[in-house]
Amino acid sequence: MIIGSIVNGIVIDHIPAGRGMELYTNLELKNLECEVALIKNASSIKLGKKDIVKIGERIPLDYDILGYIDPRITINIIEDGKLIKKMHPSLPQTITGVIKCRNPRCITSTEQELPHVFKLTDRENGVYRCIYCETKAKQSKEQG
Amino acid sequence: MRHLIEIADIPIHEMDELIEKSLDIIANPDRYSDKCHGKRIATLFFEPSTRTRLSFEAAMQDLGGNVIGFAEGSNSSAAKGESIADTVRTVECFADIIAMRHPKEGSAYVASQNVDIPVINAGDGGHNHPTQTLADLLTIHRELGRLDNLKIGCCGDLKFGRTVHSLITAMSRYDGVEFVLISPEELQIPEYLRSEVLERNGSTYTETTSLKHAIPDLDVLYMTRVQRERFFNEADYIRLKDSYILTPEKLSAAKETMRVLHPLPRVNEISTAVDRDPRAAYFRQVKNGKFIRMALILKLLGVK
Ligand SMILES: [Zn+2]
Repeated sequence: MIIGSIVNGIVIDHIPAGRGMELYTNLELKNLECEVALIKNASSIKLGKKDIVKIGERIPLDYDILGYIDPRITINIIEDGKLIKKMHPSLPQTITGVIKCRNPRCITSTEQELPHVFKLTDRENGVYRCIYCETKAKQSKEQG
Repeated sequence: MRHLIEIADIPIHEMDELIEKSLDIIANPDRYSDKCHGKRIATLFFEPSTRTRLSFEAAMQDLGGNVIGFAEGSNSSAAKGESIADTVRTVECFADIIAMRHPKEGSAYVASQNVDIPVINAGDGGHNHPTQTLADLLTIHRELGRLDNLKIGCCGDLKFGRTVHSLITAMSRYDGVEFVLISPEELQIPEYLRSEVLERNGSTYTETTSLKHAIPDLDVLYMTRVQRERFFNEADYIRLKDSYILTPEKLSAAKETMRVLHPLPRVNEISTAVDRDPRAAYFRQVKNGKFIRMALILKLLGVK
C-alpha cells in the first residue's frame, strides 16, 4: 500500500498495533477537513507491527491522549516536505474523558454529569486509576 | 488535611496529633465539652449505618455542638434525583462540617469537591471508611502503648475487606511493623495493596492460611468476617469457615499482651466466649471511635 507523503502536517508513528483507531477517535480526527490516513499493521523493526496516523495539516494535538496510549509513540512534524521536529509524549498525570470507569459501584455510574478522570498511580507500570473509586484502567502498555 | 476522604489523606504527623488529642480528650473530657459551641455537624447518611452515625453525633454533642442530618437515603433529596453536588451545597448553608455515608464509591470525594466546609467520609460503598481506621489506630495505641514495632495479624477476608486494606495502608507507614496475612488462598489481599502499599513502603509481610499457627507471635489480631457469598462453592466455605473463627482454645496460644480487634458488627467469626477475655478489645474500640472522631472534628474545624 502506498500513502502519499505529507508536505505539511503530522505523522504519528509507532502507535501500538490495533490502537490507531482508538487514537483517531480520541483525538477527534473525524472532524478534520484535511487529509487523514490511518495505516494499520505496518511492519516495524521496533514493535513488529505498528499503526501510523498521517494528518495533512499541523493541528494542535492532545499529548495526554497520545501519552496515555503509549509514551513510545513518535510525533513527526513535517514542514515543506521536511521533518522539522520529532518528539515523544510523556505519560500524563491525569487524563479526562478518555477512559470510562466501568465499575458499577462507582459514583460515575449514577451521577451522569461527572467527568471521567483517571490519574497515574504507578508510573513504572503505567497504571491509571479512577479518581473516584480507584478502579484500575486497562493498561495501555499491555495492549501494545 | 482539609477533608478526610481516605486514610492516606492524613500525613503521619497529623495522625500522631489526632491520637494525642484523643488521649487528652479521654483524660480531660470537661475541657472539651464546650469547644464546638455554636457549631453544627450534618450527618448525611444516604444508606443506614446506625453505629457510625451515632458515633459522629455523640462526638459532636460531647464537644458541645449540634447535629442535623438524615439517617437513610429514601427520605432524602437524593431519592428525588438530586445530585450529590447540589445536596452538599445546600447543606453547606446550614452546617460547619459534613460526615457523609453513601453506597457509591467516590461519593465523599465528589462532595468534598463541591463545598468549602470540611467533608468526612463515613463510608463510601465498599471503598473507604477512614474513621474506622482511626478508631483502630487509637485502640492499638491505647492497648499496646505504641504504633511502631508491632506484629499485626489480619485474619479473614483480606480480598474484599476494606477495613483491612485501610489498616494496612495506615500501619505500613510506621517503623518495624510486620504484617501476618491470614486467609484462605481465595481471599488473599489484592495485588494493588502488595505493589502500591506494602512494597512501596518496604513493609515486611508473610501470608499464611493458618490462624492457629500464626497466633502465638502476634501483638494485634485484626479479625474480619469470611462471608459465604465470597466462595465459589459451598463445600469450600464449609471446609474453611471454622479455621477463621476465633475461639478461646485458639486464643489460649496467644501472648497475654496480644489484643483482638474487629470493626464490628460481628457475626460468628469471634465466638462470644472470647468477649470476657481481657485481650478482646473490640468493644473498647467502639468507644475509641467516638473519641478520635471528636479529635478529628476539632482538627478539621480548626478548634484548638
Ligand atoms: Zn470509578
